[in-house]
Amino acid sequence: MIDSLTTLFSYDFMRSAMVAGILVSVACGVIGTLVVLNRIVFLSGGIAHAAYGGVGLAYYLGVDPVIGAVVFSLAAALGMGVVQRKTRQRADTLIGVMWAVGMALGIIFINLSPGYKADLMSYLFGSILAVSRLDLWVMLAVAALVVLLVGLFYKDFLAISFDEIFARVRNLPVDALYLMMVAMIGLTVVVAMRVVGLIMIIALLTIPPAIANLFLKGMWKIMLMATGLSVLFTVTGLLLSYYFNLTSGAMIILVAAMAYLIALLVRVFCQKCCE
Amino acid sequence: MMSEETVKQIPVIALRGVWAGYGNNLILEDINFTVREGDFIGLIGPNGGGKTTLIRVILGLIEPRRGEVRVLGKTPQVGRRHIGYIPQLQDTDYDFPASVWDVVRMGRLGKETLLKRFTARDNAIVEEKLRWLGMLDLKKQAMGELSGGQRQRVYIARALATEPKILLLDEPTASVDVEASTNLYELLASLNEHVTILLISHDMNVVSKYVKTIGCLNRRLVYHAEKRITPEMLAEGYGCPVDLIAHGVPHRVLAGHDQDEVKHD
Repeated sequence: MIDSLTTLFSYDFMRSAMVAGILVSVACGVIGTLVVLNRIVFLSGGIAHAAYGGVGLAYYLGVDPVIGAVVFSLAAALGMGVVQRKTRQRADTLIGVMWAVGMALGIIFINLSPGYKADLMSYLFGSILAVSRLDLWVMLAVAALVVLLVGLFYKDFLAISFDEIFARVRNLPVDALYLMMVAMIGLTVVVAMRVVGLIMIIALLTIPPAIANLFLKGMWKIMLMATGLSVLFTVTGLLLSYYFNLTSGAMIILVAAMAYLIALLVRVFCQKCCE
Repeated sequence: MMSEETVKQIPVIALRGVWAGYGNNLILEDINFTVREGDFIGLIGPNGGGKTTLIRVILGLIEPRRGEVRVLGKTPQVGRRHIGYIPQLQDTDYDFPASVWDVVRMGRLGKETLLKRFTARDNAIVEEKLRWLGMLDLKKQAMGELSGGQRQRVYIARALATEPKILLLDEPTASVDVEASTNLYELLASLNEHVTILLISHDMNVVSKYVKTIGCLNRRLVYHAEKRITPEMLAEGYGCPVDLIAHGVPHRVLAGHDQDEVKHD
């Protein structure tokens, strides 16, 4: 086993995959915590799916899909963020529409592009073993940016997540902070896309913080534990997918979901014991 | 000297001919209302009578359709930094990861604290307010672990940590038991020595015992800066809801007032 692990890590693609998993876990752990606390899981799912439009457009234009995804993802994040804030009713309907339109655009652009396009599935379902050098640099940049911005505005993000009205009365720039947050979700989506795919990003954003929040009552502690859990799930899922020759993104999500189930049971059990 | 007097003449909160609502639905109609320094005003009114809308207008969270709002002579967006806002207790997210200390420290936030750390002075103020409210021992407790009354004290501490000139309370007795609400009003009465207080509630019973003056809010506002609710006031405009009269609560208000008068004589 140890032998085979050593062999495994001698492969360049495996080392890249591990680094990618760690970098994406940092971004997901920190931003996912804000997603969970602000209850914007649906909006995050919308951003993730709309990003597919960017992948398609980039293919059509013959540029790197990551560039297209960044543009679409940020546009979707800001658009949906504004809708969420400014529409008084049924923001979720509009977000749902934008979600589907983004995907539809992606599919049409890909239809229109000539040539071989088999690896497009990897953007939907992830393909951590195929990350490029450029991908790794983008992941590093996004992880660093997320940690920096959340670190700088930590107390302000905590305040708007807890009680937005009060934060507004204190004249905190609530709208600007909110848009900064959704923009960071957009960037995180693009890097997480390589690991678990656009369709399953929601799970990687929400499951680790949700587990951490079952046991911890401090926002930065949750971010830290969520990052650690995310690394654990990514690495475990990756190894399992390698040994059983299954899709890595899906394995990562199943490992995470299994851990969530166990954590919920542990918590229920603990509460029963305490009483 | 002259300028000090002019300052005193500026009302703490002033609404002139304010109409407000959402979409086609007007909720506040022609509100004229002046709060002066040292006031302790209770506004009562039924649910749907515009209590929340009035608070939002005063806090500058929604713009009135017509009319003018001033907080300490300035626009609400500027003046609201002097308002300690104490929201209604609602169903909280019991897992939210914020401690009592975290929440009260939110009272120290503002535009000018962006990118800055909390100072020693911030921490000292937070500690003082928590001690005054008897909540210092619970400072590490998560908000979700507190009772309704305790959570309300945390919100009061947070409002006081802003060092406000005005306290604005929304439904302070909702989801708090009778003992906690009695304590609350005693706290407010002692705070009123330094701070102007405006509270809005549908629960006239408790309100009436401590406030200095009472008004009725049901789309229109009937307020004469008196602690007396007369049948005429109730009848004026839309007046207050029928069930308050039916339950005989106004009589209790009147009775309380009479006793006060006897003492004063």
